[in-house]
Amino acid sequence: MFKIVRKEVLNSSVKLMEIEAPYVARKAEPGQFIILRIDENGERIPLTIADQDRQRGTVTIIFQEVGKTTKQLGQLNEGDYLLDFVGPLGKASHLEGYRKVAVIGGGLGSAIAYPQAKKLHALGAEVHVITGFRNKDLIILEKEMKEVSDRLVVATDDGSNGNKGFVTDMLKKLIEEGNKYDLVIAIGPLIMMKMVSKLTKEYGIKTLVSMNPVMIDGTGMCGGCRLTVGGKTKFACVDGPDFDGHEVDFDEAIRRQQMYKNEERQALEAHECRLEGIRNA
Amino acid sequence: MPNMSLKKVKMPEQDPNIRNKNFLEVALGYTEEMAKEEAQRCLQCKHRPCVSGCPVNVQIPEFIKLVAEGKFEEAYKKIYETNSLPAICGRVCPQESQCEKFCVRAKKGESVGIGRLERFVADWYMANCESKPEKVEKLNKKVAIIGSGPAGLTCAGDLAKMGYDVTIFEAFHTPGGVLMYGIPEFRLPKALVQKEIENVRKLGVEIKTNMVIGKVLSIEELMEEEGFEAVFIGSGAGLPSFMGIEGENLNGVYSANEFLTRINLMKAYKFPETDTPVKVGRNVAVVGGGNVAMDAARSAKRLGAENVYIVYRRSEAEMPARLEEIHHAKEEGIIFKLLNNPTRILGTEDGWVKGIECVEMELGEPDASGRRRPIAKEGSEFVLDVETVIIAIGQTPNPLITSSTPGLDSHRWGGIIADEETGATSKPGVFAGGDAVTGAATVILAMGAGKKAAKAIDEYLKNK
Repeated sequence: MFKIVRKEVLNSSVKLMEIEAPYVARKAEPGQFIILRIDENGERIPLTIADQDRQRGTVTIIFQEVGKTTKQLGQLNEGDYLLDFVGPLGKASHLEGYRKVAVIGGGLGSAIAYPQAKKLHALGAEVHVITGFRNKDLIILEKEMKEVSDRLVVATDDGSNGNKGFVTDMLKKLIEEGNKYDLVIAIGPLIMMKMVSKLTKEYGIKTLVSMNPVMIDGTGMCGGCRLTVGGKTKFACVDGPDFDGHEVDFDEAIRRQQMYKNEERQALEAHECRLEGIRNA
Repeated sequence: MPNMSLKKVKMPEQDPNIRNKNFLEVALGYTEEMAKEEAQRCLQCKHRPCVSGCPVNVQIPEFIKLVAEGKFEEAYKKIYETNSLPAICGRVCPQESQCEKFCVRAKKGESVGIGRLERFVADWYMANCESKPEKVEKLNKKVAIIGSGPAGLTCAGDLAKMGYDVTIFEAFHTPGGVLMYGIPEFRLPKALVQKEIENVRKLGVEIKTNMVIGKVLSIEELMEEEGFEAVFIGSGAGLPSFMGIEGENLNGVYSANEFLTRINLMKAYKFPETDTPVKVGRNVAVVGGGNVAMDAARSAKRLGAENVYIVYRRSEAEMPARLEEIHHAKEEGIIFKLLNNPTRILGTEDGWVKGIECVEMELGEPDASGRRRPIAKEGSEFVLDVETVIIAIGQTPNPLITSSTPGLDSHRWGGIIADEETGATSKPGVFAGGDAVTGAATVILAMGAGKKAAKAIDEYLKNK
């Protein structure tokens, strides 16, 4: 059993939890992920590690409540326990040797981009962070990002924070201002990573994306997380989750993400029905 | 006077047309009377040919004699001397190619039903007795076992019986390995697997789940920092193989590993009561001819598929699956498309499987495996309309451990190089066995390897 020692609400649908998992904390590196299961009937869901505290023996996860499991997770509180928590899985990101990097996080992706920015900053690289959200109420980790970056650009789709546009617009602007990045890291929705990769390809800038497909075991056993990279089939769990954004077949990944859409809706509706039942009881 | 019937006493089974809609066990097991009657078919041969066919040396004539005498508890103890998972072996061992193959009775008629008797004894014991392991003197030496499948459980059980402090590290949230995620409930009930694992725990074995060795701890850390003096790797054959044909990443294509894990370990057949879904179309093609292919096909049928095809490129004679599994699959209405090889998977515009194109094959000269090589008949391509494709053509060992352990040599195909008799690897103190060494094989061979390694680890630690 794994104890939730801290819970924070970051915006209306995004929550942070610090979980006691000393073995995982000892080894976790930016780019890696964990798989958790809430209870006996629960599914295994992969979440990227947002931070770790080796002294306290804790691992931080940040998640968006989109489906049944993440909503159920969001209802847990400090002091509650998760049944299973396994990791660190996947390969750590290779961040050494870069001088100037643009780190891009779209929505919840900024939570996953944060440890990368933090590590790059600690390694002495010049770090420009671009984060994008639908509106200003959804902005997360602004303070944290500021601390680990030399420049922070926060954009909103509707312009409600005074800076309207997509992350791709912001990146393009920075590049055209003359910033020479030797690496771009893009983490967020598949469509965002696709668009960023398309843009950086035009400029010939190496780009890493973090893939987070459906998976069961996270150790290479099920093959459910397979994707096509450079024409070859790769398993996100063991070959990734970081891949060269210019090589990833995003259209296929977007299609594969739809595989359980109906079931996800069904599970969520059943869950909300039960909650409704409890409230009315 | 032995029972000279040429046939085994029949074991009751669920009717095929009822069982292909549920996940309850197919075979129902012998009653006490049936078991005694079958046990009396054993001739108690002095030269015991059956025992030589058993990878873990179960004392077969001895336990069968006890069954014939109605001494079921003693019979269990006799089996348990060499086999720590009898209820499992009685169900999933390929007895027809092991112990029963050498049975003298098989020369004229059917062999003694050794597997059925083993199963009966194990079930009888579970229902009627409480296992209380004998106290053993502790040696105060720690051994780590990686993987809680049949190899790991056997090795752990044997070492614990010798007095070692044994810890098993399991990557999944539930111990049991392939017994839990791979073999379906209707062949091997999961409650029974957990009971057998409970018995291993009672021997003093500690099982740590959610521990992916190679990630959370390396083998070197286990030995240098965590105080383990020897390590046994029984991590199984983890990586599913695909065919490398067009359309394998379409929605609706599964590896058998994923399909079966969703159903068996995650209980997707109870969705949405459980949270893990699985997709099964009206028409399903399973590619492959082994036990895993049969398991996947029979599971798909139970989940409501109308037409389930086994697509296999050779003929039935070359199928690696057990005869009993093929027979059960046919009874349940699985359609065998033999001498057919998939050439590509066809998809709809939005990326879902809509068919599988196959080409007819004929058998040519024997290849390196001794089986006749299948050759495509040019121009014989045809399409099976299916919405789900399950690829069950085998798997290779997971590289997580070999890639994180310097000094541990492996074959180019990924298997760990280990001595056949002892399981010793190129790294001192590290032993390995089961599918991680051999590639995908059987439960009982993995158990045999775990057993040999336990003996070798004992010798290694005594002489250290």
